[in-house]
Amino acid sequence: MTEVSKSNFMTTCPEKSGLKRPNKSELVALFSEFIDPEYVIGDAESKRPYECDGLSMYREMPLVVVLPETVQQAQQVLKICHCYGIPVVARGAGTGLSAGAMPDANGVLLSLAKFKRILDINSQARTATVQPGVRNIAISEAVAVHGLYYAPDPSSQIACTIGGNVAENSGGVHCLKYGLTVHNVMQLKMLTVEGELLTIGGGGLDSVGFDLLALMNGSEGLLGIITEITVKLLPIPEKAQLVMAAFDTAQAAGAAVGAVIAKGIIPAGLEMMDSLAIKASEDFCNAGYPVDSKALLLCEIDGADQEVDEHIHIIEALFKDLGATSTRVSQNEAERALLWKGRKSAFPAVGRISADYYCMDGTIPRGQLAYVLTEMEKMSLHYGLRIANVFHAGDGNLHPLILFDANIEGEFEKAEQFGSDILQLCVKVGGCITGEHGVGVEKIRQMTVQFNDQELIQFHAIKDAFDPGGTLNPGKGVPVLKRCQEYRAINALRNDTRDEKGKQ
Amino acid sequence: MSDISLELIEQVENARAESRQLNIVGLNSKIFLGRAAQGDAINIAGHSGIVDYQPIELVLTVRGGTPLSEIEAALEEHHQMLSFDPPSFGAESSIGGTLACNQSGPGRPWGGSVRDMVLGTRLINGKAEQLRFGGQVMKNVAGYDVSRLQAGAMGAFGIITELSLKVLPKPASTITMVCELDAAEAIQSMNQLAGKANPLSAACWLDNKLYLRLSGARSAVDATAKCWQSTLPGGGDRLEHGTQFWSDLRDHQLAFFSKQQPLWRFSLQSNAEHFFPEADWLIDWGGAQRWLRGSPLESDSTSSVLIMNQMEQVAMRANGQVSLFRGGDRSAEVFHSQPSALKTLHQRLKKSFDPDGLFNPGRLYRWL
Repeated sequence: MTEVSKSNFMTTCPEKSGLKRPNKSELVALFSEFIDPEYVIGDAESKRPYECDGLSMYREMPLVVVLPETVQQAQQVLKICHCYGIPVVARGAGTGLSAGAMPDANGVLLSLAKFKRILDINSQARTATVQPGVRNIAISEAVAVHGLYYAPDPSSQIACTIGGNVAENSGGVHCLKYGLTVHNVMQLKMLTVEGELLTIGGGGLDSVGFDLLALMNGSEGLLGIITEITVKLLPIPEKAQLVMAAFDTAQAAGAAVGAVIAKGIIPAGLEMMDSLAIKASEDFCNAGYPVDSKALLLCEIDGADQEVDEHIHIIEALFKDLGATSTRVSQNEAERALLWKGRKSAFPAVGRISADYYCMDGTIPRGQLAYVLTEMEKMSLHYGLRIANVFHAGDGNLHPLILFDANIEGEFEKAEQFGSDILQLCVKVGGCITGEHGVGVEKIRQMTVQFNDQELIQFHAIKDAFDPGGTLNPGKGVPVLKRCQEYRAINALRNDTRDEKGKQ
Repeated sequence: MSDISLELIEQVENARAESRQLNIVGLNSKIFLGRAAQGDAINIAGHSGIVDYQPIELVLTVRGGTPLSEIEAALEEHHQMLSFDPPSFGAESSIGGTLACNQSGPGRPWGGSVRDMVLGTRLINGKAEQLRFGGQVMKNVAGYDVSRLQAGAMGAFGIITELSLKVLPKPASTITMVCELDAAEAIQSMNQLAGKANPLSAACWLDNKLYLRLSGARSAVDATAKCWQSTLPGGGDRLEHGTQFWSDLRDHQLAFFSKQQPLWRFSLQSNAEHFFPEADWLIDWGGAQRWLRGSPLESDSTSSVLIMNQMEQVAMRANGQVSLFRGGDRSAEVFHSQPSALKTLHQRLKKSFDPDGLFNPGRLYRWL
């Protein structure tokens, strides 16, 4: 059925047709018919905060920003946009690091910030049902009274929203033991590009038919708009304790990581920092890190009291055997929190020693760590840019921070090229271009390094099954095929140039 | 122990050219699952062998036709395991079939499922292209998660030629405790125990007995077992042959599974209230997977469609789904139905991988 609004624009679509698209002010008027006009933003000044996400080097102003308060309103926005072929970019807290929530200049920025209610906590079944705008940490806070928590803990957990976590399949420091977002989501409600409300997954541990939950996690807003999430909760471990160990070389620290796994122990968190990151973090928060060491490991064990005692003892002894220059075991919660604080504030700490930094997110097989670190040092010399490394050592996810100054002409471009080289190196050693930050706009070129044309065509076919018109978050995630040859040529040319320079 | 992927690609090309549909066959242990198989058999048993295994990386890469026993033997040498504890319903089961049918054992609520542990796949799609998705690392968010999408798809998207899986160390110690409880009490007890920090790794109820498996560091397992001896309802006893019980449960070798009536599988919210109390039940996965023998519905109709509809209603009240796992009419629908919008999405997705509908036609649903 076709409905016509007061402003003479369709609010439901008769057919895919060549209808005249509403311009900005017409769209604002149209949305304001069913959304509080205060939450329909068309003026440049008020739209400004939405022009980028956490990767602020990529910016675009949307046509209109809209903040619906109900699923019905969001549904109506989607129906209208679908009707006129208007792009829709969903946004949570905007903490993403791959420009996945960068607006489309001709599109609607659909903020889910108003969806911040916790709808249900079922302490016995250990689930929480929440709206997408609920912050990650708010879930754990709300269920703590039941002795439960939500395991995935991206570094931005104080600010990032669970809807964004699902869209990016966010990780964190506890992934090796507790998995990513995809392992901790049981059910989603989502709106299709046509505005149809679907429920996927359910109250059980699996569902029949295709695993659309797996497909939605990490789909970066390209397949649908998530409106409700049911997450799995875990009992809070009886005890958590941390061993810190310093090493003379990154290689020795890398070997120690493998040795922990070989002992049959899966740490709750296992993080590594290099010397520049150690110094910056220590200056920032005085955690007591040994600033003269070349590599630092933070290894956390959680579980039953006896298990933690047993494993901490084994690990400390192991680190000493493997040449740790010093070790320290947290003796209480305050000390454990302090030792983590240094790691968790590594990014802002590095931000103090450099005008700007660019965070990469490749993943590698752990055994390749020493080689990759050596290669990155060479790249650092080649580009004349410093690099600080923080590393989720347990699961192989690297976060090299490339230090640069955006005010120096050409330096950001140089940092971008450096980053691209790192990601290509990750693929070369058997890893991938992004472990947890997503492809977004940022890594779209590197998708051609990890996937061939047939694979990219398959991704596009999946996208078409959900969004044939391609209006959900266009230009993100998967490169348009006609640009792939161009991207590959650029990457090849750049590698040749670097290799040539290396030989000179 | 060889790579026959090129032959498989050729067979798919030929089938496509000749408009023949294909029935993907691994080691034939799960032929009873899903709707009756149709199409010409394409055999992946010959595409077998471990491609790469790095114990320190906790990653194993294998060809789709590799038998589970071969994988388990290789892992055992390094004291590692497939944490999803895959069942083997026949003499041998393949790892590719395990993923395609999304089969995980009693430890699933704690150790994860095969879907959770798959890191990457190679897949021959309906255009006879062998594509690679995911990889050999724990964290990988480049592109859509096509690897996990294969879990439970019953081969509808194509042939899984290779898989990379996360593997885990075997626990140092395992103890099974047992106590007497009725089903309703057991469901409550399983959920309560799962909500507390303890080394619980499996929880199952059968014949008025609740079986609880503890796995982990010896000190923690012993301490919990000791504590539960006095705190479990009616007192908990240690079960002598616990390992045998769990493997019989996993492989459907317990007497419960040898009965003739149709076997229904309910995947439900773990604390859903017990229903059909007079019926023949086995409750696993801490309450989240429940097996029912026969049809307790008072129906004067023998129509399989009607019975399925009624079972679906019951499952949905428990926030879950039902499937007819074994027996019954395999030409009718055997999996919980999909609402129309999801049905359309299934059909579109199927088409995106397999435009000519070559693979396992109608195995999952008549309309797929």
